[in-house]
Amino acid sequence: MIISVASGKGGTGKTTVAVNLALSLNNVQLLDCDVEEPNSHIFIKPLFERSDPVFIPIPVVDKKKCDGCGRCKEVCAYNAIAVTNKKVLIFPELCHGCGSCEYFCPNDALKEEEEEIGVVEIGEKDGIEFVHGKLNIGKMMAPPVIRAVKKHISRKKTAIIDVPPGTSCPVITAIKDTDFVILVTEPTPFGLNDLSLAVEVVRKLKIPFGVIINRSSLGDKKTDKYCAKENISILMRIPFSKKIAEIYSRGDSIVEYLPEYKEKFLRLFKEIKKITSR
Amino acid sequence: MKIAVSSDGTTLESNVDPRFGRCPYYIIYDTESEDYKHVDNKSVQAAGGAGIQAAQMISDMGVESMITGNIGPNAFRVLSAASIKIYSGATGSISDALEKFKKGEYKQTNGPDVESHFGMGR
Repeated sequence: MIISVASGKGGTGKTTVAVNLALSLNNVQLLDCDVEEPNSHIFIKPLFERSDPVFIPIPVVDKKKCDGCGRCKEVCAYNAIAVTNKKVLIFPELCHGCGSCEYFCPNDALKEEEEEIGVVEIGEKDGIEFVHGKLNIGKMMAPPVIRAVKKHISRKKTAIIDVPPGTSCPVITAIKDTDFVILVTEPTPFGLNDLSLAVEVVRKLKIPFGVIINRSSLGDKKTDKYCAKENISILMRIPFSKKIAEIYSRGDSIVEYLPEYKEKFLRLFKEIKKITSR
Repeated sequence: MKIAVSSDGTTLESNVDPRFGRCPYYIIYDTESEDYKHVDNKSVQAAGGAGIQAAQMISDMGVESMITGNIGPNAFRVLSAASIKIYSGATGSISDALEKFKKGEYKQTNGPDVESHFGMGR
């Protein structure tokens, strides 16, 4: 089973939930897909055994073959190509590596060269298989790195995915084809607003999901009301606790210091299994 | 000679828009006929590469000189490749800007004067 841990708003506790859920289970993988700033490794402290670069294809013009017809810029959906004075200008930072320009070039004047945009690191800690992606500084294409991380998903294990925050392409790429989405939120106006956006996304992708309310003893009851109205199950509540904040700020895990949370996360996992087997 | 000005409206009374790639309109002024027209800037809605797309459109129209508020690196590269002279730093009404341009009060811009994404309002 693949469980993704997502949220509309950043800083609600995705990594806390993903890490502590992984630490509570056996035969588990944790894949950090927040490739713009991965941080699960801080809490898992894995020993990395492998590091694989991630490449995307970037077009390069063969000036001898190019007649400046401009077909490439017409088919580029990302404004990564301009053609003026019969000269092709390529802007690699905007290229998504889709290959359309090469495919449609009538003169076979474009060929693709691999450009490294990030890295996937694979490691292990106490039986947890750990994988994360890191997007290189200055690069904008997170989805190819996320896809490279997800290639390491093993169907023989329970895979937990730490999803980037928000509701845009990287989030879609991370939660696509997963079996269940945990949406972590906090009971604040921002938390609720971004939760409702994330709910729309997950419903569109038709993935079963539930909500965890973090710092649940703070804020207001509007998140509860929203979930009741929308018929969304609240899977777990993590009350605000100075103790948890201290554990987190040291880079430690909750389940190690507060064993009652291991029970809570195991119950959460059972609940998710029940929902997905329906 | 055709001159393009980034504009917040559709007439000569409109103001120069400080954003090259994400202004709503361009005023295209013809120095021979002393006539003008406006074109919509479709790049306003572009997710990325607005400056590149807008510069492509400007160069496809056979413009020789571009008057605007600010120009980013990608748009600058495209306009330069198209041999379009760039005059950035313009403010005020379109008619004033054209008048100043004709009097030679603007200096040609030799490089981008803002970073990418300047016109995205953040």
